[in-house]
Amino acid sequence: MVPLSWYLILSAILFCLGAFAFLLKRNIITIFMAIELMLNGVNLSFVAFANYWNQHSPAGELPALSGHVFVFFVMVVAAAEAAVGLAIIIAVFRARETLNVDRVNLLKL
Amino acid sequence: MTQDTLKLWLIPLLPLVGAAINGLFGRRFKNSVVSAVALLFTGASFAWALRAVILGQQLGLPYDRALPFDWIDAGTFHVPFGFYLDQLSTVMLLVVTGVGFLIHVYSVGYMAHEGGYYRFFAYLNLFMFFMLTLVLSNNYLLMFVGWEGVGLASYLLIGFFFLKDSAANAGKKAFIVNRIGDFAFLLGMFLIIQHFKTLNFGGADGVFEQVKQISPEAGWGWLTAIALLLMFGATGKSAQIPLYVWLPDAMEGPTPVSALIHAATMVTAGIYMIARSSAIFSRAPHALEIVALIGCLTAIFAATIGLAQTDIKRVLAYSTVSQLGYMFLACGVAAYSAGIFHLMTHAFFKALLFLGAGSVIHAIGGEQDMRRMGGLRTKIPVTFWVVTVATFTIAGFPPFAAFFSKDEILWQAYLHNPILWFVGIITAGLTSFYMFRLWFMTFFGESRTEHVDAEDAHAQRSPLNGYADDHSHGSGVHESPWIMLAPLVILAGLSIVGGWVGVPEAMGGSSRFEHFLAPAIHTIAESPEITDRSMELAFAGVSVGVATAGFFFAWLLYYKRPELPARITARMHGIYTTVLQKYYVDEAYDLLFVKPLVALSTIVLWRGVDQGVIDGTVNGAGQLSKDIGGELRKMQSGNIRSYAAWVAAGGAVVIAYMIWTVIQ
Repeated sequence: MVPLSWYLILSAILFCLGAFAFLLKRNIITIFMAIELMLNGVNLSFVAFANYWNQHSPAGELPALSGHVFVFFVMVVAAAEAAVGLAIIIAVFRARETLNVDRVNLLKL
Repeated sequence: MTQDTLKLWLIPLLPLVGAAINGLFGRRFKNSVVSAVALLFTGASFAWALRAVILGQQLGLPYDRALPFDWIDAGTFHVPFGFYLDQLSTVMLLVVTGVGFLIHVYSVGYMAHEGGYYRFFAYLNLFMFFMLTLVLSNNYLLMFVGWEGVGLASYLLIGFFFLKDSAANAGKKAFIVNRIGDFAFLLGMFLIIQHFKTLNFGGADGVFEQVKQISPEAGWGWLTAIALLLMFGATGKSAQIPLYVWLPDAMEGPTPVSALIHAATMVTAGIYMIARSSAIFSRAPHALEIVALIGCLTAIFAATIGLAQTDIKRVLAYSTVSQLGYMFLACGVAAYSAGIFHLMTHAFFKALLFLGAGSVIHAIGGEQDMRRMGGLRTKIPVTFWVVTVATFTIAGFPPFAAFFSKDEILWQAYLHNPILWFVGIITAGLTSFYMFRLWFMTFFGESRTEHVDAEDAHAQRSPLNGYADDHSHGSGVHESPWIMLAPLVILAGLSIVGGWVGVPEAMGGSSRFEHFLAPAIHTIAESPEITDRSMELAFAGVSVGVATAGFFFAWLLYYKRPELPARITARMHGIYTTVLQKYYVDEAYDLLFVKPLVALSTIVLWRGVDQGVIDGTVNGAGQLSKDIGGELRKMQSGNIRSYAAWVAAGGAVVIAYMIWTVIQ
């Protein structure tokens, strides 16, 4: 049986990878992937907690599904976001012919 | 509320309506419509004033009614919007509306060729409104409103030819010098409020009744202070030393304005105010002494300046200052009714002199310098005759009006202090001399006019066409139209008969004017009972003698031997120049007051306070927030990753804190 802390450590590593990639990368698609990575890092901790909860609840009780449901919600939102985000990225690319976020700064004074 | 049968408020309101109509819509009217409106409302005001005076006599004076709203209503202190008619305001009312109407009629002819015709009549009607408010108000505050208002109208009319720098500056000078006096008037009013808790003249709790309750010993200190402040206010409006300097410059205005405002009515407001406050002044004998002294000094001072002036209107201006000095002198010796009597006759003959001078100026094409006149007697006979009447009146020959009024003043001055009489009689001689000098220089001798018969006068028209006092019509010397002459003739008649209402008892009259005014004048000292009436007659003889001497010298110097004046002035060059330059009073004021004030304002107030403190504070506050913003702006870079870094850093801090608390 893998202990909960391992899941959490992996989850933290994934989240931090995503966060640092988000901060350091300039390519907008890479940034997008970093966001997905952070979301999935969090998803992992959700399901890990859910699993941990069910193992430690008294016998005979129905398994709690809140954690799993949360994960599905996050996935749905992430999918929607990906659809919109990729559309924006394509539009930006057509207009600016670049994927570098630092160059997309028309609104700046 | 008691019935308001007289409706005194209509009297000032009518000219205001005229001013509003002409001022707002006059630009689109024809000149004839503008003058019709102006004359209609002034005439209606005169008619209503006559009705009020006649009805008022039957109803009993004083007649005091307030409109149903207040100027100030603060706790127990009320200043009503009230009008007051007593014998004093009756005289002023008739003079202002009557002479005012005549001058309106005259202006129709005089201003016919000027630009801004509607503007002129709007201002003139506005002046009438404020002057009538001043005269009819039943309290000091409303009087002050009129007082300031006539100052405004005077400013507008002096600067009527506003394209001319000298006119614009003269307007400003008049307004500012008057403001100095007004400030003192205001302080006087504050003292009155403090001590009497009211500004009303009449009524059971009015100032007049309250003053009567005060023993001279108890109140002389602050009553003197009030009287002195009011007097200083009057020196501004009535052009007395030390604030007379604005009046001669005010001659930059059109001549009818000089006649109406700067001779007949507005400048007498100070005299009226002192006579109105006779209750206060009579209990402040020291202030009265100063009033008499100022009047006396101003009378002779202005008369000597008048001797040397060559501009016909300036001679008349200094003569006005001098005559106002007489009125001040009369008030100063507690002979208020004599002062008001002279005020009335002066309004007639000085308005006549100014209008006559205007007619002369009109006749010879805008020239005002007497050295370029001469020989006009036969060319403009009507003007000559009316000016002759006025000249003999002001010189003090019987039976003309000023003989009685001036003699009354001199007689009262003698009873008070023979020195005052002596200065007064010298002034009378000087007055006679410079007036006959004007008379001879203008109407007798060789014609010295330059563009008489000059058909090219039109070509010489001033470039300020229509905005300068420009009366060249290119038709040579010509008599003025009847619309200008009719008021002159009426005023000439009044100058002759106007004095007969006040023939003193010593000369077989009954001093009716004095008895008429008596109820409105609140003196405590009974005028000394004079048994020896022959003295008064003797004094009258002396004044006639002095006037004749003045006539004789003027005749000698300016008619018989016109080369003499040049030799005399050459002999006494220093004195002559000093007098010609008006004793350098303007220059002295400039050096003593204007220059230091300008320097103080520039260095301390402008550079120091305004630019340093105020601008410094405002700009400093702006600079400070700009700097703070400049620093804070850097956080909002528009770079999403830097925001995200801040969020991550914040999250890290929160997590670190939580871990730290768990470890604890």
